[in-house]
Amino acid sequence: MTRRFFTHGMTRGSWVFLALLAAAGVLVPALNLGLPAGHPLHMPTYAVTLSGKYLTYALLALALDLVWGYCGILSLGHAAFFALGGYAMGMYLMRQIGPRGVYGDPLLPDFMVFLDWQELPWYWLGFDAFPVALAMALVVPGLLAFVFGWFAFRARVGGVYLSIITQAMTYALLLAFFRNDMGFGGNNGLTDFKEILGFDLQSDATRAGLFAASALALGLAFVLCVAITSSRLGKVLVAVRDAESRTRFLGYRVEHYKLFVWTVSAMMAGLAGALYVPQVGIINPGEFAPANSIEAVIWVAIGGRGTLVGPVLGAGLVNFAKSWFTAALPELWLFALGALFIAVTLFLPKGLVGSLPRLWANATSARSKAPPDARTKAPAAAE
Amino acid sequence: MPHHAPPTMPGQPDPHRHDTLLYLDGVSVAFDGFQALNNLSMVVARTEMRAVIGPNGAGKTTMMDVITGKTRPDSGTLRFGETIDLTRHDEADIAGFGIGRKFQKPTVFESHTVEDNLALALKGRRGPFAALFHVTGDDERQRIDDLLSLIRLAHLRAAPAGGLSHGQKQWLEIGMLLAQDPQLLLIDEPAAGMTDAETAATAELLRDIARTHSVVVVEHDMAFVRALDVKVTVLHEGSVLAEGSLDHVSANRKVIDVYLGR
Repeated sequence: MTRRFFTHGMTRGSWVFLALLAAAGVLVPALNLGLPAGHPLHMPTYAVTLSGKYLTYALLALALDLVWGYCGILSLGHAAFFALGGYAMGMYLMRQIGPRGVYGDPLLPDFMVFLDWQELPWYWLGFDAFPVALAMALVVPGLLAFVFGWFAFRARVGGVYLSIITQAMTYALLLAFFRNDMGFGGNNGLTDFKEILGFDLQSDATRAGLFAASALALGLAFVLCVAITSSRLGKVLVAVRDAESRTRFLGYRVEHYKLFVWTVSAMMAGLAGALYVPQVGIINPGEFAPANSIEAVIWVAIGGRGTLVGPVLGAGLVNFAKSWFTAALPELWLFALGALFIAVTLFLPKGLVGSLPRLWANATSARSKAPPDARTKAPAAAE
Repeated sequence: MPHHAPPTMPGQPDPHRHDTLLYLDGVSVAFDGFQALNNLSMVVARTEMRAVIGPNGAGKTTMMDVITGKTRPDSGTLRFGETIDLTRHDEADIAGFGIGRKFQKPTVFESHTVEDNLALALKGRRGPFAALFHVTGDDERQRIDDLLSLIRLAHLRAAPAGGLSHGQKQWLEIGMLLAQDPQLLLIDEPAAGMTDAETAATAELLRDIARTHSVVVVEHDMAFVRALDVKVTVLHEGSVLAEGSLDHVSANRKVIDVYLGR
């Protein structure tokens, strides 16, 4: 029964994707750790960490696609959930520093000593335990999403109005986390991490392990998304996206469905943030910046919303391009991103993966010189 | 105990009759000063089919909005069956009580297949967790098969609903209503955009449905209303102008003035 739940929606494409992801999860660490630095196939550690970061972005994109691509909720604040998950992990990593901080306080992180705080705030308690921090990386974004969604969806706030208040939410959090007296390190955020679970964060093996963990998390989230979207619930979500009032008059309480998927999505984004922070070594309020959420929307749009593989590819491609541009032509990056977004919106409104079936059909019908198949004109089912 | 059964004035709707399914009394709704429904009273019996006609702005769609919980009336009584006060419930509840609604513009789930459209409409538990773990059973498949042949879309079962013709979408939406297994169907302009043959077939389908369900049809097409051959309610400015057979209301001076014209 449980197995059926997780596998009945898996298509051949999904299995291929999982196989590739698993191969990367094994190969990348192996090429980094197993081969000497001079070997032509050796993968440098910075590349492992960079790829690991892309995987966490891909997980954020997947989370966003679940609400936007399948339920039509365009969130312009998903980076808030990502950052909250990141802060939860950052708090754990801060507590792991222990007495090795600049001020050598056994309990208080440096910034608290600097602010002349005498004791740990209550909300920092328990974060020295990894399971607590990991749970909080899921629970805190989930809880915020639940409360936010409870009010927004019950009040039937939708469309562009919902997008605007999600943007306001992440901006409000940005301002709040900038404040020193919030107890999250103010504008410097949390950094100077040393260890995770006792492993040195600077070591190649730890970084390879974090990459593998990110690949595993992405794979599990992908399977969960396939299960959700291929279930009856997933069909109701698409129904809400396509004709919300029709769904209501069929007797579905639309707000409950939105709340469910919104909360699940926020927790996935939180997990992505928790894996992101140990790999980049810092979390600061800049992660709440509205532009971050909007960038995630672009990844999903470019990859193909309403497809699960598309956003993952979109996040990878765009961030790869970003890394390349910001090194080679830094001043052109934003223009390139804007141009890419406009080009995809105009020419591939379903994104790269969403447009593949049509492109493929066009290519094959052109080759055979046969009249175009009538089926290719019908709107492709969102899958 | 006289207060148990209040005396009923002749001609006034009687909510205590056992064959009354839908009871509206003195229902009024205003939007920004516009009186969309003005002291509207109407009774629909079990397994009755009723046609509602009237000029644009007469309140036909608002009446459906009020019955299905989309709009809350400013005043008046709205009862379904013997006990349910519809003014206290939202769309999802009211759908669950057994009131199905077809929109004026055919509204189906365009990216789902015809079969999935019906599957989503099938009567059953509507909670997100029930839906998450739902497994389609044989009885559901059987019911979908029956509906598909009733609405003549069996050959298009796996086609995306977005690719259907206008008339087919109208039929699919009626099929979705039936899948809900409602007691009352509210149907807004089912014949709009249909060919003559489709219109005739739709009238036949609705008469068939009305054998076991109550049906309220809003329609502009007089030929279609005539084909239905049922009691007609004429709305004007949010209240009932006339009621009776089509011939009876067509002869009514006021109806001719405000609606039929000529």
